[in-house]
Amino acid sequence: MTTNVAILGSGNIGLDLLYKTLKSNKLNLVLFVGRSENSKGIAIAKSLGITTSIESIDGIKHYLNDIDLIFDATNAESHRSSQHIFEQYGKLVVDLTPSRVGEPCIPIINLKESLSKKNISLVTCGGQASIPLLYEISNVTRGIKYIELAATISSDSAGMGTRENIDEYTVTTEKAIESFTGVENIKSILSLNPAIPQITMRNTVYIEVDNYDKELLTSVIKSTVNKVRTYVPGYYIASGPFFSEGLITITIEVQGAGDYLPKYSGNLDIITSAAIEIAENYNRVYEINGY
Amino acid sequence: MKSMDIRKIKYIDSTLRDGSHSIAHKLSLYDIAEYCRAIDGVGIDLVVVGHGNGLGASSRLIGKSLHADEELLQVARSNLKSTKLGVLVIPGFAKLSDIDKAIALGVDVFLVACHVTEVTVTKQFNEYIAAQNKEVIGILMMIHMATDEEIMNQIRILESYGVSSVILMDSAGATTHHRLKSLVKKIVTNSSIEIGFHGHNNLGLAVSNTITALELGASIVDATVRGLGAGAGNTQIEQVIALRQLQNLDNHIKLNDILRISDEIVTRINPSHSGVDGVSISSGLAGVFSGFKPKVIEASKLYDISPYKLFNDLGKQRVVAGQEDKIMETAKKLSESDE
Repeated sequence: MTTNVAILGSGNIGLDLLYKTLKSNKLNLVLFVGRSENSKGIAIAKSLGITTSIESIDGIKHYLNDIDLIFDATNAESHRSSQHIFEQYGKLVVDLTPSRVGEPCIPIINLKESLSKKNISLVTCGGQASIPLLYEISNVTRGIKYIELAATISSDSAGMGTRENIDEYTVTTEKAIESFTGVENIKSILSLNPAIPQITMRNTVYIEVDNYDKELLTSVIKSTVNKVRTYVPGYYIASGPFFSEGLITITIEVQGAGDYLPKYSGNLDIITSAAIEIAENYNRVYEINGY
Repeated sequence: MKSMDIRKIKYIDSTLRDGSHSIAHKLSLYDIAEYCRAIDGVGIDLVVVGHGNGLGASSRLIGKSLHADEELLQVARSNLKSTKLGVLVIPGFAKLSDIDKAIALGVDVFLVACHVTEVTVTKQFNEYIAAQNKEVIGILMMIHMATDEEIMNQIRILESYGVSSVILMDSAGATTHHRLKSLVKKIVTNSSIEIGFHGHNNLGLAVSNTITALELGASIVDATVRGLGAGAGNTQIEQVIALRQLQNLDNHIKLNDILRISDEIVTRINPSHSGVDGVSISSGLAGVFSGFKPKVIEASKLYDISPYKLFNDLGKQRVVAGQEDKIMETAKKLSESDE
């Protein structure tokens, strides 16, 4: 059974979602929504024969009977101000902006629980990349004192939304790491690198802890990476894990699938891939819940 | 030239910020207090304090500070009476909540920095700080990595955010005179933004690049005492002031006080940092043979006088090499006139 989806937002993220949706045999793209007839996104969608609207969120109301789920690929401010409309629509909303409105979801951790909510937040790119490992490590390691995430992304993969709301990125990432690991002392750092050819998204995590089980962690880290790779094939360990006194260091790189966005922008791909993973499980989990 | 010479030059002292890099961000509260007390009132416009990468940058990635940002700023604030206090802010490291804390602690000026091509990441911070009526100075880091045209475009964006001054940061000390000239000329020709220069000394050009920038229309010097700073160190602020004073400019700055801070405080903060010491700078300023230095130090200790004054007085007497016998005599006279 396929899930019927609408994509709100015709920018790069919306377009990557569009291509990923078309690739999926579990999803049916009903509507692609933008704000302007002249946008590149709307033109591409039309050329692919997809139904479009340029009425922004209001455009969705004419299709409510045909839609199960809405991807919001606009921006944090727009997502927040659209809350009451999403509530009227009553559809599951998967929020790709760092608005922090909905239930934070990292697919390998809380996909099922998230699907029982009406609004799912995909945290941030740094959060999606680091939290799977940080969560699994914190589950088997007591007494973690401090966690730091240093992410570097290509300048070309950082859109205006990210740049002009960089504080939301930092705060949302730190809060999500805190809530998934239970560790209070969290630091997030984001750097942009304009090098050409573009660098691949890179995330180094530092975990300060006095005692840990090196062998157990090595296998936990490996299996966690494999779990994430089921929906983000370009997710891999670039270096580490390094175990030193009181400190564990791991560097993860994320290469995108290249569906619409270029491969170096793993930071965007990990968000769109998580969104697709959630949508593809929409029906399955609802059936288990007795629907 | 004359019209340029009368411009007021603004001096930003980043010793307790960039200098943090040179000691792995382990500034003590004692050193901050002592330094700020000493620098206050010498004529420096702004003292910047904190972790080398600014607010919120204490981290495993860069290095952890010995004390929290709040403590560093609090101690600096309470020891700076007549001098403005500034902090460096790099979006991606700092959060807006860090800005709130800094304002509450009495920070006057925020130096908002980013990589030279990425000014759009500073919009949110620039606007947030300006909305609270605090001064923003833009900083473009790693200027050697972008063309004049690219930098000019970034400055236009900064201006659209309401930023009225920008510091060109030669973070790797990799900018030649030739390049700096073309860049500063380009900005002066195309914009009325106030320009500053922050040099590093990797290739020995920090001071001369700073002077070059001033001659071409820059009006902000962002530098450190003894050049204490990341890597090879920075432009030595006291050398720039000395060179200006040789031209009878910026005479309101109490240079000897800064030389003493260099020799007594900065050497203690980082004993392994070389730079040019205060006594050598006063020798240069006085135009007295460098070889006089050991005897000047010896005499000034013996008579308990300032070695800078001693060099200064020897310079007035126009002594030449071979007149080392004037050192003790002059020291003795100075000690008597001091009384």
